[in-house]
Amino acid sequence: MPVLSTDDVARLAALARIDLDPDELERLAGELDAVVAAVASVSSVVSDDVPATSHPLPLTDVYREDVVQPSLPVDDVLAGAPAAQDGRFLVPQILEED
Amino acid sequence: MSTTTTAPAATGGAEPLVAYDDATARYDVVIGLEVHVELGTATKMFDGSSTAFGAEPNTQVSPVSLGLPGALPVVNRLAVEHGIRIGLALSCDIAESCRFARKNYFYPDMPKNFQTSQYDEPIAADGHLEVVLDDGTPWRVEVERAHLEEDTGKSTHVGGSTGRIHGADHSLVDYNRAGIPLVEVVTRPVTGAGARAPEVARAYVAALRDLLRALGVSEARMEQGQMRADVNVSLRPSPDAPLGTRTETKNVNSFRSVERAVRYEVSRQAAVLDAGRAVLQETRHWHEDTGITTSGRVKSDADDYRYFPEPDLVPVTPSRAWVEEIRATLPEMPVARRARLQGEWGYSDLEMRDVVNAGLLETISATVAAGASPAAARKWWGGELARTANERQVEVTSLPVGPEGVAELAGLVESGRINDRMARQVLEGVLAGEGTPTEVVSARGLEVVSDESALVAAVDEALAAQPDVAEKIRGGKVAAAGAVVGAVMKATRGAADAQRVREIVLERVGAAGS
Repeated sequence: MPVLSTDDVARLAALARIDLDPDELERLAGELDAVVAAVASVSSVVSDDVPATSHPLPLTDVYREDVVQPSLPVDDVLAGAPAAQDGRFLVPQILEED
Repeated sequence: MSTTTTAPAATGGAEPLVAYDDATARYDVVIGLEVHVELGTATKMFDGSSTAFGAEPNTQVSPVSLGLPGALPVVNRLAVEHGIRIGLALSCDIAESCRFARKNYFYPDMPKNFQTSQYDEPIAADGHLEVVLDDGTPWRVEVERAHLEEDTGKSTHVGGSTGRIHGADHSLVDYNRAGIPLVEVVTRPVTGAGARAPEVARAYVAALRDLLRALGVSEARMEQGQMRADVNVSLRPSPDAPLGTRTETKNVNSFRSVERAVRYEVSRQAAVLDAGRAVLQETRHWHEDTGITTSGRVKSDADDYRYFPEPDLVPVTPSRAWVEEIRATLPEMPVARRARLQGEWGYSDLEMRDVVNAGLLETISATVAAGASPAAARKWWGGELARTANERQVEVTSLPVGPEGVAELAGLVESGRINDRMARQVLEGVLAGEGTPTEVVSARGLEVVSDESALVAAVDEALAAQPDVAEKIRGGKVAAAGAVVGAVMKATRGAADAQRVREIVLERVGAAGS
């Protein structure tokens, strides 16, 4: 029995603002289900006393000191902007949900 | 019985309200506060871009603050230290290990499409803050957590008619603010405050502001957005009932507005419940001008932020030695400091409360440090100067006289060089920009005549002009001396010590001691 339904995938797609048609939903539900099943096999080999790992590297407390570094030049900053005005990014009003 | 009025029309429309006293008589108020504070670091949370206020748009950004592909964040050590400092000052437990998480959402002020925050593992948890209400009642607000995160960019909505979000055509975004370190302090539900809930909310935010300033972690200027409060309010029929549905009024930016926003929501929610309807769980916008809140966004699926551990940042595991080192440098807490200063200054509870409420604590402290007596410092700042500031409609601390000037003035009075009446004229001169108190005394020739022979001469002259007075005094009517004293004061234009003049008059007529 699949872990992920097409409804689950449709919801995830909506949250991620990815537009999927019904065929894609169907296909991805199957593929993602296989991925989830593969990852789930990990839980069959760990016991309760193994803490969940969020970071695989044996590193903690990597810091920088509070010293100012130069900013990107504003032309470079705006180079990737679809549109700009007065040194700022010009974006469409996307606030229907607010 | 409920009395229902209608709020002034504004964005979102008018809503029925129940009179506040009526609402709190019939419903139990529960509040909660989420306060975001921008930390006063020189650089951002995860990169070395400057955090200086007021720079040209997008001149303080890096690939990290822009969320460019491949950019890697690195945690600002000082921001973590400030987070720990705040946690300790709030009597929280400091996590032995904590991590950052991605809060995913789409909004143009967050170019990465996620905000780096802390979710299941905040740096500090389970604390409290002692606050003092206006009448001196202490109140403990329980703190659930304080966590580290980053600020978002600043959007300006242009086009449309109102300039507010609704009706805007497009937005202009400046990412200078994106990535500035924030600490968010979240309270547990505050229950039991009843009708005083708005006052508790204000007192808490004010106490938190004082604390943050005392810690030196933020200037916490609400008017500059360095400190922003989200105000949660819910009602329930009785204190035994489960918590009601709450609303969250966002970005309330002054102490007074925090109080007003709670009051408004209590009145509004009471009307909703009275009508047999359910309060919607939603965010609401606060309108400073009209003093009302309007509906924002209903909580929904869109609030599934899909938090997950930030893979680009390693865990933060502050050593206990570091935590204790920070604890050892904590300053005296504001509430304790107030109690100590009140004792040192000998102020009554009421006097101290007035000083604190007028925002004069630091000023008086500096004035006393500059040499004034606590009584004189309070007299001048709380009296003449407060009145002047009120007339000029400015903050008392922005008047053109500071603690040193007031201490100097008080010193002149104390040493007897000028009397109280002259001191007012000196102050007037100082406020008019005529110089320091000592300079004004010289320039205006306001010194008390302490030259004894000059006083004696003036007394003799006045007695000669009113020969009958000497007779009356000798005859036992000592009160008659008043006429001579008055004449001398007039002749010296008030520059004499009236008490001393009186003594001289009695001496000259040979009635001393009679």
